[in-house]
Amino acid sequence: MTRYALGRLTSLIISLIVASVVIFGVIEVIPGDPAAFMLGVNARPDTIAALRAEMGLDQPLVTRYLDWITGLLRGDFGQSWTYKTPVSELINDRIWVSLPLAIYALILSTLIAFPAGIYAASRRGGAGDITIMGATQLGVAIPNFWFAMILVLIFAINLRWFSAGGFPGWDNPFQAIKSLTLPAIALALPQAAILARVMRSSLLDMLGEDFIRTARAKGLSRRQALWKHAVRNALIPVLTIIGLQFSFLLAGGIIIEQVFFLPGLGRLIFQSISARDLIVVESVVMLLVFTVIMVNFLVDLAYAAVDPRLRTKA
Amino acid sequence: MSLLAIKDLSLTIGETEILHTIDLSMQKGEIVAITGESGSGKSITALAVMGLLPRGSAPRGEVLLDGTDILQTTEPDLCKMRGNTMGMVFQEPMTALNPVQTIGDQVAETILIHEKTTKTAARKRAAAMLQRVGLKVAPTRYPHELSGGQRQRVVIAMAIALRPKLLIADEPTTALDVTTQSRILDLLRDLVREFHMGLLLITHDLAVVADIADKIVVMQKGRVVETGQTQALLANMEHPYTKALFEASTHAVCLPEATQSAPMLNVKNVHRDYPMARQTLLGPRPSFRALHDISFQINQGERVGLVGESGCGKSTLTRAILGLEDVQGGQITLDGEPVFTGKHPNLAVRRKMQVVFQDPYSSFNPRHRVDRLITEPFHLLETPPTGQARRDAMTKALEDVGLSSDDAGKYIHEFSGGQRQRIAIARALIIAPELIIFDEAVSALDVSVRAQVLDLIADLCRKRPLAYLFISHDLSVVRTVTDRVIVMQAGKIVEQGETETVFANPQHPYTQSLIAAAPQLPTLGMVV
Repeated sequence: MTRYALGRLTSLIISLIVASVVIFGVIEVIPGDPAAFMLGVNARPDTIAALRAEMGLDQPLVTRYLDWITGLLRGDFGQSWTYKTPVSELINDRIWVSLPLAIYALILSTLIAFPAGIYAASRRGGAGDITIMGATQLGVAIPNFWFAMILVLIFAINLRWFSAGGFPGWDNPFQAIKSLTLPAIALALPQAAILARVMRSSLLDMLGEDFIRTARAKGLSRRQALWKHAVRNALIPVLTIIGLQFSFLLAGGIIIEQVFFLPGLGRLIFQSISARDLIVVESVVMLLVFTVIMVNFLVDLAYAAVDPRLRTKA
Repeated sequence: MSLLAIKDLSLTIGETEILHTIDLSMQKGEIVAITGESGSGKSITALAVMGLLPRGSAPRGEVLLDGTDILQTTEPDLCKMRGNTMGMVFQEPMTALNPVQTIGDQVAETILIHEKTTKTAARKRAAAMLQRVGLKVAPTRYPHELSGGQRQRVVIAMAIALRPKLLIADEPTTALDVTTQSRILDLLRDLVREFHMGLLLITHDLAVVADIADKIVVMQKGRVVETGQTQALLANMEHPYTKALFEASTHAVCLPEATQSAPMLNVKNVHRDYPMARQTLLGPRPSFRALHDISFQINQGERVGLVGESGCGKSTLTRAILGLEDVQGGQITLDGEPVFTGKHPNLAVRRKMQVVFQDPYSSFNPRHRVDRLITEPFHLLETPPTGQARRDAMTKALEDVGLSSDDAGKYIHEFSGGQRQRIAIARALIIAPELIIFDEAVSALDVSVRAQVLDLIADLCRKRPLAYLFISHDLSVVRTVTDRVIVMQAGKIVEQGETETVFANPQHPYTQSLIAAAPQLPTLGMVV
């Protein structure tokens, strides 16, 4: 187990290094002169020169890369060109919206998908299965911003249970969670639909396995065999999807954040790209990549917890 | 009252009638074997007794276990009986266990679902039961850490943990090596004696049947064609199907004399190493030696057998001979030319060799027609025949294996297992190779079909000088179709020589144990 974890950790570190080189390369090298790009076509040469000096663009490439990386490690993400504040502050304000929202949505989607998938698999071909599969088909097909608008119409405008948007901050945790509820549902529904389908098909594969027959021959009922033997084996492909979904939920909430006026990371990136603030974009993208790789590392560890065969392999 | 009485059992699934009026009865402490070829209804009869029939089955008749009619019992009551009154062991030990649960917990589960007891107590009893079935590993191990034979012991321990009155074993040793098979059969026999339970053994292997059963039930196409005490039935078989079945099992082909001639395949001091995972992060990669100093020759027109248990290196050797993989030491040559040059198989040599694999169902591309399948080896030739010459070669290959040229336009799913294996042989023959490798080529076939395919091979030897390497775990088959035999154990050749000499007077202890472990059919008509 330790060796497996160490192996995954090595791969995590290598992935991070490669990702940082790629991000640095794409943003700093490929568009030509970043300073000229950030200031736009009408910029005066002396403004560009000032920005070049401030961004350290007169330094050699390797020095700039190392400065950036050591800065990141110290928590120094540089100074935003448009906001004129440290990027770390910008991120700090917004991560406490985006991260809880992603976790909230993931929990919701798992809570919906697991029972739905298990129920559908245990009633294969029955009315319940057909209903759930029909619903997930819709869930996969309909974009989440449309769900978001419908939710706002029903629960915010008609029923007035929730506010239609905005985020009050974490001073009052109840209000904070309440304001994240509609966006979390909107994000979670399509994800839950995908996850439920994966759960169902993975369970059905497992139910056809020989060891389920063995369990039945021991005297387990169909339901017991499903819960005690099939579910844990079916989790492996499901975990993969959960890992991918978390990454999407964290970075892919841009549209939902726009619909609900949430000051999250997605909006920050969107605004920074519009304002050509490459310093912010670079750091936020690296932060997202870091989170995604970390989540995948945790998923790898979860695999080993579920499947003993992985623990003995290197 | 008998322990199990099946009366007039018929079964249909949809429109198809699977079982016709089955009658069968057995007593406590008795071993009854149901035998027959695939599709005879053996397994479905067993599942009927367990109350585990597939969905859509409509059974009629009675299945009385200790007086209770299984067919009339509700599912919750059946759950109480399964594992408790009757237990079942399945064929494939590699997949019969839950991969994410320890073996101890899986055995303890049988106890926990039927009895009100603590987890600790159940685990203790499970450990004792694992010990009783002769398993020498800790109950905290996972299935993937165990060999096939060990896993089958776990499955048996699970089935007998509560000392059921009836144990059903569906082909329990078919997937195992001969020496493991004989140990598992011994275990089953001991358990029947000790627990005084009934054992319903389902197997296609008549040698196993003759060895262990008190009573034999022969099934064909969903009917019981003959029943009797083992000794009496073997001595006096009445139904033609029973006779045919036994004759096919002891079938000896009439192999023409081998023509003495020049050496062809030369395997000299071959080593094959596989790299394994590193022990430390940047440490050296250890390697596993799968073939250890292998040397042998095959002459032109010579038929050589290769026997050994799973994992002994038979398949590795096949791949090396075919030039599919390089070797780490020694040399393999055919007619003096190496089979592997640089980083590729040597095509000039490769076209002189063909191979027939074990599984006739998965070794063909289902989307190609037979003509395309069997002419595939032509791409090895520098100038493949075209037009009429190509059609002639195809017709000849198909006719040689007992099929007709009309079959060329069909898809592979239209053929039975035996016919598919004939097509595989036609594919091998089409470029008239000097050497054919039969890799467990008849192992997946029913006895009667196997006998036909073996006859076909002997027939082909008569038509043309054919040299082959016949790889099999089935000693009786190797004995009848080869001139010389090679015995492998753990990557080494432990014995080689004239087939008859080796079988009659094995020198190496391993060969002796293999031959002793192989179940033997009594000579027909000699049993009293």
